[in-house]
Amino acid sequence: MGAVRIPPIAFGLGCVALCFCAVEAMLAIGVLNQFVIPFPSAVLGAFGRLFAEEQLLHRLLVTGAEALAASLLVIGFSIGGGILLHKHRILRLATESWIAAAAAAPIVLAYPLFLVIFGRSSATIVAMGFVAGLAPALLKTLEGFQAVRKTLLNVGHSYNLSSGQLFWKIQFPAAIPTIFTGIRLGLIFTLINLIGVEFLINFGGLGQLINDLAERYDLPGVFATIIFVILVSVVLFSALEWIERWLRPSR
Amino acid sequence: MSGSHSEDETDMRASSAKLRLAADTTDEIDLVIQDVSMRFNTREGTVTAVDGVSFEIKRGEFVSIIGPSGCGKSTVFNILGGLVGGYDGSVVVGGERISGPHASIGMVFQEESTFPWRTVIDNVAFPLEVKGVPKTERYAVARKFIDMVGLTGFEQRYPSELSGGMRQRVAIARTLVFEPKILLMDEPFAALDEQTRVLLGDKVLKIQQDLRQTTLLITHNITEAVQLSDRVLIMTFRPGKVKRIVDIHLPRPRQGDVVGSDAFGRYVAEIWNDLREEASRGMAEAEDSARLRGA
Repeated sequence: MGAVRIPPIAFGLGCVALCFCAVEAMLAIGVLNQFVIPFPSAVLGAFGRLFAEEQLLHRLLVTGAEALAASLLVIGFSIGGGILLHKHRILRLATESWIAAAAAAPIVLAYPLFLVIFGRSSATIVAMGFVAGLAPALLKTLEGFQAVRKTLLNVGHSYNLSSGQLFWKIQFPAAIPTIFTGIRLGLIFTLINLIGVEFLINFGGLGQLINDLAERYDLPGVFATIIFVILVSVVLFSALEWIERWLRPSR
Repeated sequence: MSGSHSEDETDMRASSAKLRLAADTTDEIDLVIQDVSMRFNTREGTVTAVDGVSFEIKRGEFVSIIGPSGCGKSTVFNILGGLVGGYDGSVVVGGERISGPHASIGMVFQEESTFPWRTVIDNVAFPLEVKGVPKTERYAVARKFIDMVGLTGFEQRYPSELSGGMRQRVAIARTLVFEPKILLMDEPFAALDEQTRVLLGDKVLKIQQDLRQTTLLITHNITEAVQLSDRVLIMTFRPGKVKRIVDIHLPRPRQGDVVGSDAFGRYVAEIWNDLREEASRGMAEAEDSARLRGA
């Protein structure tokens, strides 16, 4: 299995290295402007400085804690809300299209409102992340429960399962793949908004660092931090996939 | 009004008592379906799916219900399994009138019904798990039934790693594991290719003969019905009624090669004669509906 996974990973890394080399060469011969795009070698070199002088790890922990808080809220409220909407048809009919509209809205623009409510604090960042991630996660959770095949439910009924058993033994595991798709989608929105709001209000962890570095015109530092955020996202979503496989081993 | 209501209740009690008496006195009878009718409200009006269906199944007997599409076979399956209510008439299992899912009845569904997130052994052990049987005990029982359906060695596989026929065998083993008195099967081989269907039919027949399992098979396949059954109930097109019951006097134990015998061919021809008329009616009605929708 490991041997099967190595070639695609090696190919991906090779492509990234090739792009870096191409950008480096185009900057060196003047095709690209080095005052807009920094040298990739300088970006890679900036990592050491970011860890030593800009407390990159500490900032990661700050953003990580905010992301964790917002994610837990998203997961809890989307699953709870999804169950509620699934069980109560009238509630579902009344709210589903509103939630879909909220999922498509640029909620990040509402940050001044949250600043007024929570002040310039982590609470604003967590609240913004939560609000941005909730709607897509909620919609997919609802879709997951609605799409459970009738035959599987009939199997449960034929064994005279209680409603609790039916939910935990059949409905919930059957809905897990769709719920996780929603959670992944929700957490993408959460993370984007969280770092975006950190950047906008110049408070917190990685978003604030990007803002600071941009104001100092430290382009290699800005790009290095953005790459770091991307790497953190990759790790986060790999972890989510692992949790999904653990919760529901086979699809 | 109240008098009439009271009379109805008296009639119902009398009829129920009569049924119970019938089932008690003939303890061979596992299942009694008495005058069952079911109507659905649709946009076009009220549709009678089944109308006054009555029959009995003796202990250890294999009975098939055959009929054209839309004759209410699956409605009868759902009524017997307790999955739908709101019907007239009664269903009596072992002398007890039932009105919902019953521990004596196990169901095998037409559609894929294994749980994709559970391994074969966890699928088969599922009914025991929900009853609270300890893991080692339920696994031991599940292994016995996995062996019976010929899936030994596949215990730790997931359904996605199995063929359609193997998945259906998992579903059958899962139903048999809690030892129901009556096994209901709704076109369990419908999604399988012809060869797998015949081989799986052999397997089901062997299990049924080994366990002396009372079995009701819903099917639209005449060959399958004759190969497996002691009796075949032919249903009319909508509203579904029992048109005729054909006793199948083929020797037991039966193997798949019984389908090549002259007697088998005669039974198939006899059933098809009855069925063709109903199937033609169904086809004509479907064409009329399509024409009306087009107009």
